[in-house]
Amino acid sequence: MSKLCSCSCAVESIADGSSVMIGGFMGGGSPHRLIDELVRQGKKDLTIIANDTARPGIGIGKLIDAGAVKRLVASHIGLNPETQKRMIANEIEVELVPQGTLAERIRAGGTGLGGVLTATGVGTVVAEGKQTVEIEGEDYLVETPLKADFALIHALRSDMFGNLQYLLTSRNFNPSMALAGETVIAEASEVVPVGMIPPDHVETVGVLVDHLVSWEA
Amino acid sequence: MEAKTLIAKRVAQEMVDGDLVNLGIGLPTLVTNYLPEGVRVFFQSENGLIGMQALPEKAAAFEDLTDAGGTPASFIPGAAAFDSVASFGFIRGGHLDVTVLGGLQVDEGGQLANWMVPGKMVPGMGGAMDLVTGAKKVIVAMTHTAKGSPKIIKKCNLPLTSVRRVDLIVTEMAVIEPSDAGLVLKELAPGVSLDEVKAATEAELLVPDDLKEMALAA
Repeated sequence: MSKLCSCSCAVESIADGSSVMIGGFMGGGSPHRLIDELVRQGKKDLTIIANDTARPGIGIGKLIDAGAVKRLVASHIGLNPETQKRMIANEIEVELVPQGTLAERIRAGGTGLGGVLTATGVGTVVAEGKQTVEIEGEDYLVETPLKADFALIHALRSDMFGNLQYLLTSRNFNPSMALAGETVIAEASEVVPVGMIPPDHVETVGVLVDHLVSWEA
Repeated sequence: MEAKTLIAKRVAQEMVDGDLVNLGIGLPTLVTNYLPEGVRVFFQSENGLIGMQALPEKAAAFEDLTDAGGTPASFIPGAAAFDSVASFGFIRGGHLDVTVLGGLQVDEGGQLANWMVPGKMVPGMGGAMDLVTGAKKVIVAMTHTAKGSPKIIKKCNLPLTSVRRVDLIVTEMAVIEPSDAGLVLKELAPGVSLDEVKAATEAELLVPDDLKEMALAA
């Protein structure tokens, strides 16, 4: 029941036009090999859900450079002028979401919630077109859940079941995306035998992971 | 003294021992250099760490430990790492004592705009909307004008970051505290006159009798 597969095999299942969540924060904790393979296979019209698009030539920035992205849901594109240029030229449709709201929408999508209520964005352009509700005298926006066809995850370590551990700020959106993707592909820096990661130290449970790509594979 | 240094030194005086603090990218990160003697605070980086510190010179940088701008960082003993969901739980949940952010505009209502200039610059809000909405104390650290053009104005015409009133504005010319009555001018930078501040500010400033010189002891 090995989930281990080659990078090219794992990425072949991602059709053009798919929605894809990708972990990472300015490149840190992004699944770099999977991103490179998406570019190599010439994927098109992807909807990418991620915190940011890093910088040109780095991490998710490579997908922007390659013209693989049709729609982007992110909190910050300020350090990638290429994304901004393509957004202004209407080549990429960009939905900007406050970072905490993005995290909660992904969490809601992955945990069966119909959405979340947050005070972030009330009274700003973020609130446009959204329902506002009052709870105990405070206004909150109703933010809808986010799911995706695929979630591409980077982990420090995986066992052969796909139980994952993360490292420091490379954790970021990876654990919540592992719940919100229909098919989850994890790229781990190292793959260890089952039993090497104690149950208390498993951060993403292996049952969520469909395919596992190791740096050595 | 350079404007940025002056601002960072003054903002550092607002830190209280034991505070949990989030510093925005750029000018606000300079605050770490000027903490008062005996004040130890915990810096949160929204990409998932409490207890962050700048990377010491000659220390090895690696991708799994960066600040919120993607710059390699380090951490103090006792630091803790967590995911983005937890990170913004701290921020929105009222657990963050202070956030220091840059600003494009602040108005007489104390409302901040700092995340986009429509048609020109659309970087996205990142964590700024959550920070301004959720932190116990919001300090705006910015230059007083943009190339001579006032940034402290009657009403923001750029998209707001939050409708919440910020708690303090620190510039290289003055310290201003938004209140129910309006913007109260609390301190003048050394060598700066009241008239100079008024000339560089579009918003109306309330000037109390106990107007002080900016405290910069570090």
